[in-house]
Amino acid sequence: MKKLKSKLISAKRKYYPLIKSLQTVLLLITGLSGYMSARCPVHNIPTVLGLTASLLLSISGSTVLNMWYDRDIDAIMPRTSKRPLSTGETKPNEALIFGLVLSVIGVAWALILDPLYGMIIFAGLFFDVVVYTIWLKRRTAWSIVWGGISGGMPVLAGRVLGTGHIDWVGITLALGVLFWIPTHILTFSIRYHDDYNKAKVPTFPSTYSFQTTRLIIAVSSVLATLAFGAASYGVGLTWGFMRLLVVLSAGLFILAVQSLRSPSERITFGLFKYASLYMLSAMLLMFLTGF
Amino acid sequence: MRKISVLDRILLLATVLMAAYQISYGLNGLNFLPTWSYTIGFGVLLVAGLLLIILGFEGLESQIVVIVSTLIPLTISLGLITEHLPQFSTIYILFVFLGFTSVAVTRYTAEGKTATIVLAVTHGIAGILITFLPVVLSIRGYVSPGYILVGVGGALIGLGGLLLAFLKAGRPILPRDTILSVLPGLLLLMTASYLAGFMYK
Repeated sequence: MKKLKSKLISAKRKYYPLIKSLQTVLLLITGLSGYMSARCPVHNIPTVLGLTASLLLSISGSTVLNMWYDRDIDAIMPRTSKRPLSTGETKPNEALIFGLVLSVIGVAWALILDPLYGMIIFAGLFFDVVVYTIWLKRRTAWSIVWGGISGGMPVLAGRVLGTGHIDWVGITLALGVLFWIPTHILTFSIRYHDDYNKAKVPTFPSTYSFQTTRLIIAVSSVLATLAFGAASYGVGLTWGFMRLLVVLSAGLFILAVQSLRSPSERITFGLFKYASLYMLSAMLLMFLTGF
Repeated sequence: MRKISVLDRILLLATVLMAAYQISYGLNGLNFLPTWSYTIGFGVLLVAGLLLIILGFEGLESQIVVIVSTLIPLTISLGLITEHLPQFSTIYILFVFLGFTSVAVTRYTAEGKTATIVLAVTHGIAGILITFLPVVLSIRGYVSPGYILVGVGGALIGLGGLLLAFLKAGRPILPRDTILSVLPGLLLLMTASYLAGFMYK
C-alpha cells in the first residue's frame, strides 16, 4: 500500500505539471459553457460527463505534446526551466506516450459522443500541436493566430454538441476566444520578453515593438468584447447578465488603453490576469444561462 | 505602502460578487436611466474591486483612480434621482456631467487646493443625496424602512471617498496605512448596505 502511494505521488509529480491545470480548466470551462449556451439540460449526465472527460483528455493531451516538443526551449527560458521535462525528472519518451494516449482517448471518446463534435476537437488538437507548436511557433510571431484558433475550438465544440450543428453563435464565441488570446499571450510575451529572446522564439514585442504589441492587445480586447457581446445576444443572455458583461468588458478595455497610455510591468501583468478573469466570467455567464 | 493581505482580498472578492449580483439581478424593472446609472456605479465598484485584488493597493496610486471613483457616488445618486425624482433628472444629469468633468480637469491642471475643493464639493453633494434621499423617501412612506440602508451605504461611500480624496491630495485625514487597512471592509459594508437597501425597497 505504501509502495503504491509513493508511486502515485511520484507519477503526480512527473505528469501533473505537464497538463498546465489552470489553462486546461479554463478551456474546459469554455467547452462546458458552449454546451450550456445551447440551453442543454445539465442533468443530461452521460453527455455532460462525456463532454467533460473528452475535452479534459484531449486538451491535456495537446498540452503535454506541446511541452514535449518545446522541451528544448523550455530548458533555456528561466520561467519554464523548472518544468519536469526541462529538469529531466520526466523522460521525453514518457511524456510523448502520455500525451499521445491522452489525445487518442480524448479524441476517440469525442468522436463516439458525436462525430462533428469529435472532428472539431481533433481540429483543435491538430492546429495546436502541429500547426502552432511544431510548424509556426519558432518561425513567426503570427503563430499565435493559430494558437487562438485552436483555443476557440473547445467552446465551438461544446456548442456543436449542444445544438447538433455549427451556427453563427458558436463561431462568434470561438472568435471571442481567438481575439482574447492576444490579450492573454501578448501580455505574457511582454512580461517574459527576455526569456523568449533567449530561446529565439519570435514574439510581437521582439518582431515589432512593445508599443505596437500594446496597440494590438487594445484592439484585440475591443474585438473580443464585441464578439462576446454579439454571442451573448445570440445565446439569449438575460439583460442583467448582459449589463454585467458590458461592465466587465469596459474594465478590460480601460485596462488595455491604460497599458497603452502609461505602460508598466504592473499594468501589463494586471491586464494579463484581468483578461483571464474576464474570460472565466464571460464563460460562467454563458454557462449559467443554460440553467 | 501597506501590502494587500489575504483577508483584504476575501473582503474585496465579496464586494465584487455583491456588486455583480446587484447588476445582474437587483435592477430589474427599472427604467433605462436609473438602470444604467446604477450599473455604472456598481460596475465601477466591481472593476475597482477586481483591480485592487489583482494589482494590490499600489493600484490606487494613479490619478485616474480619483477621477473614476468619483463616478460611484455621482452615478448612484443619479440613479436615485432619476428613479424617485424624475422631474429633476435633467438638472442633475447636468450636475453629474459638470462635476465629473471638473474633477477630471482639475486633477491634471489645477493646483492641489482647487482640485481638492472641486472633488470635495462634487463628492459631498452626491454623498448627501445618497445618504438623505432614501431616509426622506422612507419617512414619507414612498418606500419601505429598509431602504434607509441605501442611505447608510451613501454615508459609508462618502466617508471612504473623502478619506481617499484627501489621501490623494496629500492631506490624509488618517494615516495612509490605516485608511488602506479599513478600505476593503468599508467597501464591503457599503456594498452590502446598498444591496440590502435595494432588496427591501
